[in-house]
Amino acid sequence: MATIFKRTSVLTDVPFHYCPGCGHGIVHRMVAEVIEELGIRNKTAGVAPVGCAVFAYNYFDVDMYEAAHGRAPAVATGYKRVHPENIVFTYQGDGDLASIGTAEIVQAAHRGEKITTIFINNAIYGMTGGQMAPTTLVGQKTTTSPLGRSKEHCGEPIRMAEMLATINGAAYIERTALNSTANIIRTKAAIKKAFETQIAGKGFSMVEVLSPCPTNWGKSPAESMDWIAENMIPYYPLGVMKEA
Amino acid sequence: MSLKLMKGCEAIAEAAIQAGCRYFFGYPITPQNDIPEYMSARMPQVGGCFLQSESELAAINMVYGAGGAGARVMTSSSSPGISLKQEGISTCAAAEIPCVIVNMMRGGPGLGNIQASQGDYFQAVKGGGHGDYHAVVYAPSSIQETVDLMPKAFDVADEYRTPVIILADGLIGQMMEPVELKENPNPVLPEKPWAATGYDPNGKKPRAVLNSLYIETEDLDVLVDRLHARYEVIQKKEKMVELYNTEDAEFILCAYGTVARVCKAAVRLLGEQGVKVGLVRPITLWPFPSEAVHDAAAQKSVKAALTVEMSDGQLLEDIRLAVNGDKPVEFMGKAGSIIPTAEEVAERIMKMRRA
Repeated sequence: MATIFKRTSVLTDVPFHYCPGCGHGIVHRMVAEVIEELGIRNKTAGVAPVGCAVFAYNYFDVDMYEAAHGRAPAVATGYKRVHPENIVFTYQGDGDLASIGTAEIVQAAHRGEKITTIFINNAIYGMTGGQMAPTTLVGQKTTTSPLGRSKEHCGEPIRMAEMLATINGAAYIERTALNSTANIIRTKAAIKKAFETQIAGKGFSMVEVLSPCPTNWGKSPAESMDWIAENMIPYYPLGVMKEA
Repeated sequence: MSLKLMKGCEAIAEAAIQAGCRYFFGYPITPQNDIPEYMSARMPQVGGCFLQSESELAAINMVYGAGGAGARVMTSSSSPGISLKQEGISTCAAAEIPCVIVNMMRGGPGLGNIQASQGDYFQAVKGGGHGDYHAVVYAPSSIQETVDLMPKAFDVADEYRTPVIILADGLIGQMMEPVELKENPNPVLPEKPWAATGYDPNGKKPRAVLNSLYIETEDLDVLVDRLHARYEVIQKKEKMVELYNTEDAEFILCAYGTVARVCKAAVRLLGEQGVKVGLVRPITLWPFPSEAVHDAAAQKSVKAALTVEMSDGQLLEDIRLAVNGDKPVEFMGKAGSIIPTAEEVAERIMKMRRA
């Protein structure tokens, strides 16, 4: 019988620890599939963040680092400078990348560091229990904005893809979402493009993925997908922000 | 091999290159800027990489990335910058990443000043970052000794897969001394099969996982036990100390780094006045040469020991622990980056003698 689909071998056999309806599992699989399809597994290293994806080193079957909170782009830089012929990616959430690690991500882009970043934006801190992130929408209730995020008190959410796209060293920046099959397919194409950008030595590449967090949003998985479409995409428009 | 007059910072940078260091990540801070400046010019000549990071935090994490990738890597900074690196030093200790960190100490706390100080003794020797770990700490007292310690620092880092700190001060970094640098164009580096260099899923090269997270209590315990066992070996094998004129001395001075040089002058000064004083100079501050300190201070001839530091009683604690109450240990400290003079040290000993 012909095999029409099989699980990528770039994921280990370890079961994901993610909550039901979480987007990380979908993105992990697509990143692993892209690594396999591009034939770069033997020379790829990944850098896991602090956040829900902290155990990513257990799942991606490539060389892996676990970085301190926000520091993944710096760790990836150190690796890439030693092995410029190899491929390195960071996998980061919005607390890691858009809050504590803003200096590292902005400066990696600024240097035109030839690394690829997969940025999961779910508008909340997941692992620590649903606190407000810089990406939390105005009015969104979290455990540290119990009345809803107030614009007057702590500003409006930060758009990382747009911000990084202004930097010359950024070669490819796209924002995608996981709320529909079509958008998931687009996300995989964007991830592939980001890795190809690195392989071509063009500069920094990042895909920001709008991703559901049913547990901390207090919604069902299906409601969460709708919430992305109704609330996140209007504020975080999808599309290619930069292509050099 | 001839002597060359070199500034401390430049000599230490060149010595690192001769020891096989090919990657340097750092951020400017006084008084150690000559190290990154020298590296920026020199690294490209030897096929290495110098990168000025956006912060000390980023620099130490680049060190993590490069050290984890199997390279000999170094960063340097000065006190406030070293504070920023502590998160990464703790990470490197836990992830078992060999690396060398140079601290050209300046005055503290806070921004302090930019003159030489020894105020980071506790930070370097007692951990600095969070959790149960140690870094090996070398405290050179001359530029020649700094240069001579560099290959050792990298070897020890590789052998034990640990961060190593060179704890010097702004004086060592900024003064010039004649120095002999051994050229080593092709340093032989140890194999690092654990490093992230690429992965062969067919089994020839196992997957590298460089990690400081052990979420299961039992797993973290295994890591800390493994580090502890390694630290015991380091304590047995890597202690370094200089004993100067200590035999049958009436008083024992205890000092490291620049201050030890002042104390040597005091020993000579007192000798001229017929007072026999010796100096114990720890070269490794961790592992601490407790036995040598104890044996020198506890001799029958010794009336008391005097710890001299450019800090407010930090080395003092380890000296007292080592002497363990067998003799009185007094303290003479100058904070604020004021260098004690040999005459002041001699005067203090004469006062102790009269007491």
